[in-house]
Amino acid sequence: MKINVKINGIKKALDVSPDEYLVETLRNNGYMSLRKGCDTGSCGMCTIHLDGEAVLSCVLISAKADGHEITTIEGVQEEAKDVAKYLVDEGVDQCGFCGTGTIMSILYLEKCVDNPTDEDILHYLRGNLCRCTGYAGQLRAIKRYLEAKNDEGSK
Amino acid sequence: MMKVVNKSISKKDGMALLQGKPLYTDDLAPKDSLVVKVLRSPHSFARIKEINTSIAKKVPGVECIFTYKDIERRPFTRAGQCYPELSAYDKFLLDEYVRHVGDDVAIIAAVDEKTAIKAMKLIKVDYEKLDPVLDYRKAEGHKNIVHPEDDIFIHADVGFNKDKNIACEVNLRLGDVEKVISESEVVIKKTYENQAQAQAMAETQRSYSYLDMQGRLVVVSSTQIPFHTRRILANVFDLPESKIRVIKPRIGGGFGSKQTAHSEFYPALVTLKTGKSAKIVYTRREVFRGTTSRHAMRFDVTIGANKEGKIRAIDMKGISDTGAYGEHAQTTIGAAGKKVLPLYNKVEACRFNGKALYTNNVPGGALRGFGVTQGTFALESAVNELAKELKIDPVKIRELNMIKKGETTKLLNMTTKGWGDEPMHMDSCQLEYCVKKGKALISWEKKYPKMQVNKNKVRGVGMAIAQQGSGLPKIDMASAILKLNPDGFFNLLIGATDLGTGSDTILAQIAAETMGIDVNNIIVYSSDTDLTPYDSGAYASSTTYTTGNAVKIAAENMKDLIIRYGAQYFETDEGNIEFNGKEIIRIDNEERITFEEFSKKITYNILHTQLVASGSFVPKKTAPPYMAGFAEVEVDLDTGKADVIEFVGVVDCGTPINPKLATIQVEGGIVQGIGLALYEEVKYNDRGRLMTDTFMEYKIPTRVDLGKITVKLADGHDDTGPYGAKSIGEVVINTVAPAITDAIYNACGVRVRELPATPEKILLSKA
Repeated sequence: MKINVKINGIKKALDVSPDEYLVETLRNNGYMSLRKGCDTGSCGMCTIHLDGEAVLSCVLISAKADGHEITTIEGVQEEAKDVAKYLVDEGVDQCGFCGTGTIMSILYLEKCVDNPTDEDILHYLRGNLCRCTGYAGQLRAIKRYLEAKNDEGSK
Repeated sequence: MMKVVNKSISKKDGMALLQGKPLYTDDLAPKDSLVVKVLRSPHSFARIKEINTSIAKKVPGVECIFTYKDIERRPFTRAGQCYPELSAYDKFLLDEYVRHVGDDVAIIAAVDEKTAIKAMKLIKVDYEKLDPVLDYRKAEGHKNIVHPEDDIFIHADVGFNKDKNIACEVNLRLGDVEKVISESEVVIKKTYENQAQAQAMAETQRSYSYLDMQGRLVVVSSTQIPFHTRRILANVFDLPESKIRVIKPRIGGGFGSKQTAHSEFYPALVTLKTGKSAKIVYTRREVFRGTTSRHAMRFDVTIGANKEGKIRAIDMKGISDTGAYGEHAQTTIGAAGKKVLPLYNKVEACRFNGKALYTNNVPGGALRGFGVTQGTFALESAVNELAKELKIDPVKIRELNMIKKGETTKLLNMTTKGWGDEPMHMDSCQLEYCVKKGKALISWEKKYPKMQVNKNKVRGVGMAIAQQGSGLPKIDMASAILKLNPDGFFNLLIGATDLGTGSDTILAQIAAETMGIDVNNIIVYSSDTDLTPYDSGAYASSTTYTTGNAVKIAAENMKDLIIRYGAQYFETDEGNIEFNGKEIIRIDNEERITFEEFSKKITYNILHTQLVASGSFVPKKTAPPYMAGFAEVEVDLDTGKADVIEFVGVVDCGTPINPKLATIQVEGGIVQGIGLALYEEVKYNDRGRLMTDTFMEYKIPTRVDLGKITVKLADGHDDTGPYGAKSIGEVVINTVAPAITDAIYNACGVRVRELPATPEKILLSKA
């Protein structure tokens, strides 16, 4: 079957099978930033934005994306770079496999909450697993990123 | 004063990884690769009576299906170890027998995943179910034998006795343990057990393969062991190693999971049989059922001490569940004694006996800590129980008994290959500092043993100490090549495999420091068996120490070459030349040339030479990193739930080459240890099926589960390490479980001796 979607601002008509999940559709169409970590909607590594909302693309049937707008990290490279700098600076990039999903959740958090507290950060990122860093450094990096963004905004 | 080493430089690949660039194995596989799937056994132990693939083969799009009948029977081990391996050659690439739920039965290749899965479901297998061995405590001498076949073997004499389900046995003995224990005023005798923790790395095992222009097999794999994988594949497919190339791209974590070859065989077979490129990506369930985990181990620990708390003797008798295959069986149970007992170097006697036993469970394998984690949990828990028995502070009992700077024990001679009889002194040991600093950071004096928070919540503190190794003396070697390019930059070629830890970056730091050049002028290329020199792989805490030394030697050799050719350039002798990283200077008349200019000139104009230097290193001495871990845990008396409020880790890794990346190793290791201690439960059903085989059932820590993690790196220096560095990657997990379980005991009086310490166990033991 065919679905019509907008991916990173560009209209696309994609061939999908009725039982296909969006993570596969996107990877098959060259969006390699999507990473599949678990098959059960548990790890957050395949997080994308659907109509601006953070969702797991591994539990979303592609057909259900018909008519919707999809954003992958390929579509928000500048914003992602700004966040990534702080994660890399803190040394919590590590293996990087969970990083794109984590950044997509961070960008969503920013959109939803003004001046997020530690609890807000943990809440919005609770579904993003990471086995390398132990999370503490990621929290430090995210707070520094948000502070810097805030300083910029108040100038 | 060091310019590049001991600096918190960022990982060279970090920005590209986080921006989602296609850098991992599956991102790079050719679009037209056949998709490979493996049919896996639903039974824990069975014989394949009949297997019929004729209907499955008719599914349009199916390229080929292989069963054991199509494959030449050759025993091998998937364990990534130097040849000859200490693991038994007890595995076949498909066999008439399946030995655990998840064992491989058939290999399917098709044009896409959907077709492969469809065909997989149409393969008809008639199994004769056999009685399995499911409990490793009863495996030795069990009437059911996991490996009755007689064509399996092991290269080394390690007590392999398949008729009794014994994969190996390790013994270590110093003095007369029984005599000293019988003379001791206090004796502690307890049993401890850990679960078969999963590595749970982000990226599952995966690989793809193709034939190159010379018809050679190229395997691109998410692996920790490219060179061992080349040798293992050559053995399995009866090919010369010259016909195989293994490449590791960026990989999504390892933690030991990829120190055993798994996914590589299947696409490689398809490519060899069809000439076409093929790929496989393991599902998460396949990882749980079809690869390896930490060995579950059970130790009876006996400690004899006097009333003042001086430990006189330690006796450890343990068994390990190696599951259906003996990958890393000997080395893990061995490490549980060899890298644990030297902590207490003042004992009059100690003894260690460990056996790894075959069962029909998922095989054991490598996981950060590699046996030492298991041994440390047992021994450190027993030492904490001794402290309770004697009413002595657990910190005090460590201070009284633990190994200190400059001290030694004969155990080090007995367990270090090729060292000889000379006493080996632990000159760089900072354990005393680690304990002292950790005690202060957690406010031990104020908090020990417990504090009531409210009616239902109590906080307790607990602690433990640990060590690990730095590479394997006289076994695992590493090498490095440096190549100078015109314009004054270098390629650093290393066989070492960066798992995401940043080893490519820290090795570049070592090269840059040694030659005095900018770290950005070191371009690292690693882990390609055709293009990089040999390295045994990323395991045994070896990369910083072993490969780091090889890189330093290569860089020193390169510096010598630069001076030699600089002397030729200025037509003088070498003693009259200075190289400062930026310029080559003729000392007597202060004539100088920039290094960029020199490297261009020797390429294009005069001398016409390519400067290449190499270095190899194998450790000689044991250079253990040490750690003291302190836990503050809050126990909910109504629910039994234990939460880590704070964990303090103070680590002696010698000189941290990159303090930032070293700190993340500690933080990540502590949290993996918290998972082992509290959350990561492993359950089998009564027919031997692993029930905790997805992230729905198998709970690794999330970011909302954790309290504060405090890390301090000791100011250490080991003379045998590159710029004083020792390892860090593994030692960091070892103290966590015994410190947490003692904190739980101090909080609520429940002693958990079988991990993990779940709320159910705590609550039920309380009642």
